[in-house]
Amino acid sequence: MTSTGANGAPPFEMTAGRVRLDGREVLHGIDLRVEPGEVLAVLGANGSGKSTLIRALLGLVPLSGGRTHIYGSPPARFRDWKRVGYVPQRLTVGGGVPATVREVVASGRIARQSRLRPFSSAADRAAVRRALETVGLADRAGHPAQRLSGGQQQRVLIARALAGEPDVFVMDEPTAGVDAASQAALARTLRELVRQGRTIVLVAHELGPLEPLITRAVVVEAGRIAHTGAPPAPEGECARPGHQHLHPHAPGTEPAPLTTWNPA
Amino acid sequence: MIDLLRYDFMRIALVLAVLIGLTAPAVGTFIVQRRLALLGDGIGHIALTGIGLGLLTSTSPVLGALVVSVLGAVAIEVLRARSRTGGDVALALLFYGGLAGGVLLTNLRGGGSGLQSYLFGSITSVTVEDLYVVAALAAAVLAIVALFGRELFLLCQDEEVARASGLPARALSLLIAVTAAVTVVIAMRAIGLLLVSALMVVPVAAAQQLTRGFRDTMLTAMGIGVLSAVSGLVGSFEYDLPPGPSIVLLALAVYLLLVLWRTIGDSVIRRDRRSRTLPSSPKEATADAEVRR
Repeated sequence: MTSTGANGAPPFEMTAGRVRLDGREVLHGIDLRVEPGEVLAVLGANGSGKSTLIRALLGLVPLSGGRTHIYGSPPARFRDWKRVGYVPQRLTVGGGVPATVREVVASGRIARQSRLRPFSSAADRAAVRRALETVGLADRAGHPAQRLSGGQQQRVLIARALAGEPDVFVMDEPTAGVDAASQAALARTLRELVRQGRTIVLVAHELGPLEPLITRAVVVEAGRIAHTGAPPAPEGECARPGHQHLHPHAPGTEPAPLTTWNPA
Repeated sequence: MIDLLRYDFMRIALVLAVLIGLTAPAVGTFIVQRRLALLGDGIGHIALTGIGLGLLTSTSPVLGALVVSVLGAVAIEVLRARSRTGGDVALALLFYGGLAGGVLLTNLRGGGSGLQSYLFGSITSVTVEDLYVVAALAAAVLAIVALFGRELFLLCQDEEVARASGLPARALSLLIAVTAAVTVVIAMRAIGLLLVSALMVVPVAAAQQLTRGFRDTMLTAMGIGVLSAVSGLVGSFEYDLPPGPSIVLLALAVYLLLVLWRTIGDSVIRRDRRSRTLPSSPKEATADAEVRR
């Protein structure tokens, strides 16, 4: 499996990216290059534009200025979608008709399937089984996904992306509103993906147990990248397991802008 | 029942009922999945203008309905995709325009009597030629569902993920809307434009009471659709009732029965669990609770 495009292009590269939503500019000239194999955390407060940024990387919202490439191609001309796995920010699996966990996860194989072959192959079934085992839901395959708990539904959505066996994962707030067990399952899953050398871009409000896995963080603030580099590391008291990471800075000081991604 | 088959019109009507019972819930499953349960109603209203045009120009009302409802479905889809807010108002305008246009055009021709059979259906007036057209359309609809089912499932589940999987989301959305329009025209002669949407939605709602998965829901809904359409038709003939409303009321009765069945079943399971010993660990209990609802 190669981790760059045929011409050595990185998974994502945005240059001076601007996005307007409803006539208001929400991203003001973003430069971001995601290198193969890195685990990039996109941090920021609610409304900072971090979700819009990753949706723009995928071509789900059009740019009003600048350009963005997926493995060297603009999203509209990108064809190799099996290399990309997207986990949207959703509280539930969605849809007005019940669907089993297996059905939802199997739909993640779509970029690898041909219409001429309407039934799933042995490879499809094996990938779905592996994805379910990775997120710890193998025993729930036949259950209606909509009736699982919120954290379990989030794991179903992650398993759907895993089933496609992509090179790069884009996850929008995979930890939001998720119970501790599901957070731990997610951290386990990500560790395995990192071991396999996959690229991960994830939006987060707070990193929690994912923190040790992050290789680089960008902080989005009011539609601009305000900080890029190592993730704000917990120290001393904050590094203790189980610590409620309320305030990453010295006590007594005013909250710095960077803390806005982690209100408790 | 055997008696019924002696009549030509009844044989045609029965084949038509089976075709409608299969296609309407198949398309309806995707529409309900997409939370557009009233799409069929909207298209039904718009199709009336097509009927009016067909009657006015003395060509085929079915053809007019087909053309206008397909155009209407495309317009609905464009409006839905374009407008982030106020899309429902735009749709409402289209629906009322279609209904008013249909009534007006029919009256221009002199007398709205022809309209009644399209509003509430008249399955027994269907000719063999009509049946051929409907059968071809039904085959096309079922082929689309079979060929594109996987793509449509993901699209209706989560449009953004579908796009990030490389699916042509706009083309597939149009495909669903156009397929729904064709289904409305198929079912129009039998159950009428005002009730056509019921057979797309009610069997799906009924099937959901029994099923856990998408495919099972669709197949069960198709079964319920055929059952309601055929028995509604036979019943209406036996008791001299209008077929369209009979079919729809039967489907609703099936829905109510299944809701009742499930409610009783659920409460029996609950009582059963309570009377047994407590679950061995609290973890197990939460797992159970998570699965049940």
